[in-house]
Amino acid sequence: MWQALHEELRDRNFVVIAVALDKSAEEARPWIEKAAPTYPVLIDTQHVLPDLYNIVNVPTALWIDERGRIVRPNDVVFGTDTFKHITNLESAKPLAAVRAWVRGETAGFAPAETRALQTLPTALDQQARAEFGLAEWLARHGKRDAAERHFVRAGELAPHDFTIRRGSMPIRGIDPMGPQFREMLQTWVGGGRPYYRPLPDTRG
Amino acid sequence: MTFTLIDQGRVGTVPASVEGGRVRLSADALRAALGWELHDATLCNDAMCVPLPAGSRLGEGGVFDLGEVAATLDRPLALDADEGAAYLGVSAGERAQALGSLIAPDFTLPDLAGRPHTLSSYRGKKILLVAWASW
Repeated sequence: MWQALHEELRDRNFVVIAVALDKSAEEARPWIEKAAPTYPVLIDTQHVLPDLYNIVNVPTALWIDERGRIVRPNDVVFGTDTFKHITNLESAKPLAAVRAWVRGETAGFAPAETRALQTLPTALDQQARAEFGLAEWLARHGKRDAAERHFVRAGELAPHDFTIRRGSMPIRGIDPMGPQFREMLQTWVGGGRPYYRPLPDTRG
Repeated sequence: MTFTLIDQGRVGTVPASVEGGRVRLSADALRAALGWELHDATLCNDAMCVPLPAGSRLGEGGVFDLGEVAATLDRPLALDADEGAAYLGVSAGERAQALGSLIAPDFTLPDLAGRPHTLSSYRGKKILLVAWASW
């Protein structure tokens, strides 16, 4: 995943922090153990990060500078080309941009530019996150039918939020790679809406 | 009944009456569960005060409707009256203001071993913060 990038740049005052939006640590464990990361990989079962950063799909990456400022907002960044045949998104260019930034060859975005590229949450996004929060709690307490109602409601409120629509599938006993996901994806993409929304290529 | 109120992920229980899909709390329950108190038509907690909108009957007779509390505070509320549970989220305005400040919102999350990591403890480094999932 991000191990090569982290190792390459760790002596340059850089760290990758990866956050798994998964049902439980056990879901993420095989991936993490295979990657054997030397950077922190955190587990976020209750979607703390999506709520704070308005993250609606994975993978999503952002750059934070030494002063704790966001200098490049949410973008689609793959660590490898494993899924390139499906996503049609290459990892090379976004990773080259990270390298150039860490080495000091380029700066991050200026504040005005960063703000212009940010997507801020709407009231519906936040209502959907509250529905997801309740559903996740209900599911964890064995209230499967009630949880399902609120997962569905969350997805209706924020149909573009795949951390909710796809991310809830493992909790609901649905295969997140299976027919229900493929049907959801086809309906979405068939309506002319992109599943991945990379930032516009503002720097050529 | 005992009602479960999840305030941004923090779980508390509180006595409440549930009727017709509405959840009513006493002033004591509101203070204990969420930290808000009503004085002179203004809801206050440790950090801030929010005036009630004109004509609001919140707190009349010592009764607080949870949906009205959430609306007054401009916070999203997900409610399941049958299961006796609700989740109070954070408003779009508050999140948008924080993101627009460009100060990376801080969080603490555990790694696989359960060890907590806090974003701000990495201050002084450039960070690539990546959200991913097994799905």
